Amino acid sequence: MERSFEKVEDILKKHDYDRKKLIKILLDVQKEYRHIPKDVVNYISVALGISPAKIFGVATFYAQFSLKPKGEYEIYICDGTACHMEGSMALVKAIEEELNIKPGEVTKDLKFSLDKVGCLGACALAPAMVINGEVYGNLNEEKTKEILKKLKERKADENV
Amino acid sequence: MFKNPLEAFKYIEHQEEIRREKLKQLSVYVCVGTGCTANGSRKVYEKFEEVLKDRNLKVALQRIEEGSENENPVKKTGCCGLCSLGPLVKILPYGYTYGHVKPEDVEEIIEQSLVNGKPVERLLLTDPISNKKVERLEDATFFKNQTFYIMDAIGTSECESIEDYMGRGGYKSLIKVLSEMDPKSVVETVKSSGLRGRGGGGFTTGLKWEAAFNSKGERKFVVCNGDEGDPGAFMNRTLLERDPHSVLEGMIIAAYAIGADKGYAYIRAEYPIAVEMFNKAIDDAKKFGFLGENILGTGFNLDLEVKEGAGAFVCGEETALLASIEGKRGVPRPRPPFPAQSGLWGYPTLLNNVETYANVPKIIRDGVENYRKRGVKNSPGTKMFSVTGPLKLTGIIEIEFGTTLRQVIEDICGGTSNGLKLKAIQIGGPSGACLSEEFFDLPLDYDTLKSVDAMVGSGGIVAITDDRCMVEVARFFLDFTKRESCGKCVPCREGTMQAYTILEKFTQGKATNEDLENLEYLSNIIKTASLCGLGKTAPNPILSTLKLFRDEYIEHIEGKCPSGMCTALKKYVINPDLCKSCSLCARFCPQGAISGERGKPYVIDQEKCVKCGICFDKCKFNAIELIG
Ligand SMILES: Cc1cc2nc3c(=O)[nH]c(=O)nc-3n(C[C@H](O)[C@H](O)[C@H](O)COP(=O)(O)O)c2cc1C
Ligand code: SF4
Ligand code: SF4
Ligand code: SF4
Ligand code: FES
Ligand code: FES
Repeated sequence: MERSFEKVEDILKKHDYDRKKLIKILLDVQKEYRHIPKDVVNYISVALGISPAKIFGVATFYAQFSLKPKGEYEIYICDGTACHMEGSMALVKAIEEELNIKPGEVTKDLKFSLDKVGCLGACALAPAMVINGEVYGNLNEEKTKEILKKLKERKADENV
Repeated sequence: MFKNPLEAFKYIEHQEEIRREKLKQLSVYVCVGTGCTANGSRKVYEKFEEVLKDRNLKVALQRIEEGSENENPVKKTGCCGLCSLGPLVKILPYGYTYGHVKPEDVEEIIEQSLVNGKPVERLLLTDPISNKKVERLEDATFFKNQTFYIMDAIGTSECESIEDYMGRGGYKSLIKVLSEMDPKSVVETVKSSGLRGRGGGGFTTGLKWEAAFNSKGERKFVVCNGDEGDPGAFMNRTLLERDPHSVLEGMIIAAYAIGADKGYAYIRAEYPIAVEMFNKAIDDAKKFGFLGENILGTGFNLDLEVKEGAGAFVCGEETALLASIEGKRGVPRPRPPFPAQSGLWGYPTLLNNVETYANVPKIIRDGVENYRKRGVKNSPGTKMFSVTGPLKLTGIIEIEFGTTLRQVIEDICGGTSNGLKLKAIQIGGPSGACLSEEFFDLPLDYDTLKSVDAMVGSGGIVAITDDRCMVEVARFFLDFTKRESCGKCVPCREGTMQAYTILEKFTQGKATNEDLENLEYLSNIIKTASLCGLGKTAPNPILSTLKLFRDEYIEHIEGKCPSGMCTALKKYVINPDLCKSCSLCARFCPQGAISGERGKPYVIDQEKCVKCGICFDKCKFNAIELIG
């Protein structure tokens, strides 16, 4: 697939083509494409004069970046201390059952991706998860499945 | 906007007057912190706005409009620390505080509280200690037993409004510093306040400032560490969301004191509300002339910006954080040189935690002597903690140093919520320790905790009840540090991996006495030979559990898990004395592992059992027991 690099240009422009802002640039790229595409890395590399190896080094270091595409709905299950103690692994199991994916994977239709993360800072609501920036707290297996079912339906409705 | 400190001072006095009036008027404060937002508080906020605009509620509107010059009576406030009871709504001037408020409740609250001035009984909070409903937040035991200092104006501070911050006396300290104090005396003041860094280590802040002040450099930087990768901790997030200006004011004062002209607030991208709030705070402070070029006409310049962290625990370590701001991989480097000598791009850089900065305006405002009245001699002031685990109340609390763990758990959080006994308290995050009952009466302060091989850390407290396995707790923390190790040095990278493998053997019932010895030996090596704080503290959860809960390790070697948490060691058995041979369990067992005949006790075939626990739940006679 050919990619036009207008969006990348916009992102670079927004950050004044500043090499110091590489992480911010990559955060925006991740937001736009739901991952860090290889050709985009090459493009940024040329535009900013940073070697692709170095950019990949940064991109693989931080949890926020992914070299594989994330789902349309990015699910992050918290497995921090509070959430772990309150049963976050049961939520992972519920999602596995509902969507057939394990942490680090994406559904075939690219609708959902699942990741385990450290702590979302919503520990008082443990166990918690975040889907596309929205925090869901005090979860259990049923509630989690319920939420996923709704998201699946919402998508279906939009497609009609 | 302000051309000189005097002009700003007068404006602030005016804002203080306005705030005093505002608190007397009818208004609704809706918490929009992360916790409450997740529970739907923004919808509650919108509903209040919508209903109050409705013409049918003329009465309410009139009363509200009488005193408030048509200002919006619905206000957004920051986290009160009771996120587990959110969305929280507070009604002024009465102070009625409601929990778990839904949009459906809004009309009733308006009718009952705004129009009639009465509380809505069913929505009032229940004090977990007295078990009584309380009308006002301030009357609940859990609030009385705290000391609100950094988190002032609980439930009535408007997190997004710089005017409201000024109304609480905000930016007066900056004015005082700029108009009456030279940089050196600011450094001296912070030094004699005894303030210690809230980011974990508890290093004396004044000494750090002095080092940065004395360092020579063409330019200098101030940096705020808002990474908070510590799982189970969210004090910094709470503070950034509820009172961003207090952190900002502290940073500006710091920049003036050390002579910095540029600053960064490093906030993790997982905290979008905090990032947004802090960005707004920066913009507003610029508008009023507290930040930017020629601050309050004094010739002092400071440019500040937010840097979003991208989610790596090790980036909280100061040298790694600085590398990350420079756009590199966040990998620690050996110290010295310390950042105060050579930090960002080689220039002297002052780096402090979010909460540390928030203390600074208070120290200036109250004076050193008054500041030191709170807390204990070597750990003055207050500290925010995030308390989680099976307790009646969880969330953010603020206490004076010197309060005991037992007071926190019992007098503030109301004790355990699951009816079980508290067996341990984990404090200090993944680099902290698990303390057993005999330590619960120790005063919480930097030195006391250090003397028992524990640490305050950034302020995470996790309550652990009898149903938890301490070996599993240690395994969990090691799993975290192992994954978060940046891999730069061998003792940390390989050591945490090894230690994790051994801990896994324990939880699977495959460990031997030799493993126990190896684990201890290895932990000590990791501790001494690692480069940065992550590796140096990673073995703490192991060492503390080995010391205080050693018998649990030994029981695992013997094939038992006393709490029954380690699935591999779990065993469901039928007590023949209690079994009524009703066959219910056998019918539900998905594995066909249970058999028996009428009149005789049933038995479980351990080879077939997958430990799902269904039989345990089904048996009406409590004949099935979990042993481990
Ligand atoms: C692995 C690791 C993670 C850390 N994470 C944080 C953090 O999230 N926030 C923080 O303020 N300090 C953190 N620290 C401590 C910082 O390195 C530094 O000491 C602190 O920010 C200094 O600020 P203070 O003097 O105000 O405490 C961490 C240290 C280590 C070794
Ligand atoms: S101790 Fe661990 S985290 Fe720190 S530098 Fe070494 S490998 Fe990296
Ligand atoms: S359900 Fe309980 S009482 Fe009935 S057969 Fe099973 S163990 Fe015995
Ligand atoms: S625990 Fe599950 S598999 Fe084992 S005997 Fe009971 S119902 Fe059967
Ligand atoms: S531990 Fe899950 S949000 Fe903090
Ligand atoms: S977010 Fe509302 S009380 Fe914490």
